[in-house]
Amino acid sequence: MQKNYSKKKLLISSLQPKSETINFLINYSKSLGIVKLNSKKIEINLN
Amino acid sequence: MINNKLSDSQLISDYIKGNEYCLEILIKRHKQKLYNFIYSKIQDRDLTEDVFQDTFIKVIRTLKLGNYNEEGKFVSWVMRIAHNLVIDHFRKNKRLQKFQSSENFDIFSVLRDNTLGAEDTLIKNQIDNDVRDLIELLPNDQKEVLIYRFYNDLSFKEISYKTGVSINTSLGRMRYALINLRSIISKKNISLTK
Repeated sequence: MQKNYSKKKLLISSLQPKSETINFLINYSKSLGIVKLNSKKIEINLN
Repeated sequence: MINNKLSDSQLISDYIKGNEYCLEILIKRHKQKLYNFIYSKIQDRDLTEDVFQDTFIKVIRTLKLGNYNEEGKFVSWVMRIAHNLVIDHFRKNKRLQKFQSSENFDIFSVLRDNTLGAEDTLIKNQIDNDVRDLIELLPNDQKEVLIYRFYNDLSFKEISYKTGVSINTSLGRMRYALINLRSIISKKNISLTK
């Protein structure tokens, strides 16, 4: 009975983010630096 | 090379310490689940891509700023961020009316370029001149009301004040002015359209 009422959500394998998006995120992370100045944290993007 | 079998929490900890490769593993580990989740709500590939990217930008910033509190599963936290961004998207969309082109509906049938081309400008000027010539043929009292109303944009109350007659008389004169104009146009067989 439980089987009838609980549908397991299937992942659609073709639905994936583009590799450019993944690469952008990886590069964004690498370029993002945090500088601590006294009690403040400043974000710096190094390109 | 970092073992892909490391737990999310270990990867997060190493990422915060500066190991960038851990983020790559985390993204690749959860990308499909997250992408499917966003797509199931939005049903648009491009928007899903945007929300997916914004979600991880938030994740990266939170982790790097040291604001991440590990109070549950990493993936649940990421999904919550994505869920909030999806809600933001729908809120924004509610404010902005959206048109989508389809087979039965073309966006260009709604969007119009209101600027006139050279030929249209010439035709419009010609029509304006013809109308002015026709107005000159009207009796003075009718001509006066029509010019005040259409060219000076006065209300009938203002016209009646300026011409010293009642509002009803002004309205009557306007009515006769239009009837007479139509009659002249018809008699002279003038075309005032393109």
